[in-house]
Amino acid sequence: MSRYLFIESRDPFESNDANFILETATALKARGHQVTVFLIQNGALAARRNARHSHLPQLAAAGIELLADDFSLRERGVTAAEMRDGIQESNIEALVDLLIQTKTKAIWH
Amino acid sequence: MSERRLTIAIMDAPYEPANSTTAFRIIAAALKKGVHVNVFAYEGAVSLAIKDQAPHANPVKGTNVEQEDHPTTKNFVNSLLELGRENPLLTWVNCGLCVDERGAGNSVAGVKRGGPGDFLKMALESTNTLVIPTK
Repeated sequence: MSRYLFIESRDPFESNDANFILETATALKARGHQVTVFLIQNGALAARRNARHSHLPQLAAAGIELLADDFSLRERGVTAAEMRDGIQESNIEALVDLLIQTKTKAIWH
Repeated sequence: MSERRLTIAIMDAPYEPANSTTAFRIIAAALKKGVHVNVFAYEGAVSLAIKDQAPHANPVKGTNVEQEDHPTTKNFVNSLLELGRENPLLTWVNCGLCVDERGAGNSVAGVKRGGPGDFLKMALESTNTLVIPTK
């Protein structure tokens, strides 16, 4: 089993290729790998509970760990109270901890 | 591999996307955790370290240079190199061909010149490698 870390920087309401994360991450999870999606920059815009057509509920339902960068959330005015269930507020130090684990494949998107 | 080492490849030119800021944040956080960091700056990212960058006033806000206190990417690179001066060590390599294309050879002290072979070597000696591509 490998660990996959997707760092999602794109606004899913701007980029149609957000489906890349959904399809790839869920496929890897279904194959028994440990998968984390870390939302950063405009990727954090999908974290709002009221965001329609977000791909995040499907990722959460698949058992994928969802983390969101606190700095990116603050910049975009997304408060903890507004965040969708299943997403955990995180930070850049936690991202580094994930990156320096062995057997971790990091994919920036 | 006993020492923890992270290699990051960056490609974006300064003052455009948020990618550069995020890369700086990751590098700083890693160094503060005692993780050695290699940076391979490719394409537009070689301009992040150009020494000739100067802060500017903001005529829209009516602020002068001092009031605006505009951050330059060369200052961020300088600060990171200071943070990673010895242990942990930050190794910053600019792609030489990319530098020559852009006439961006006047970099801050501590920035080295190299090529894709250096990136491969960095990746092979690292705990992990993160490539932050242009969109």
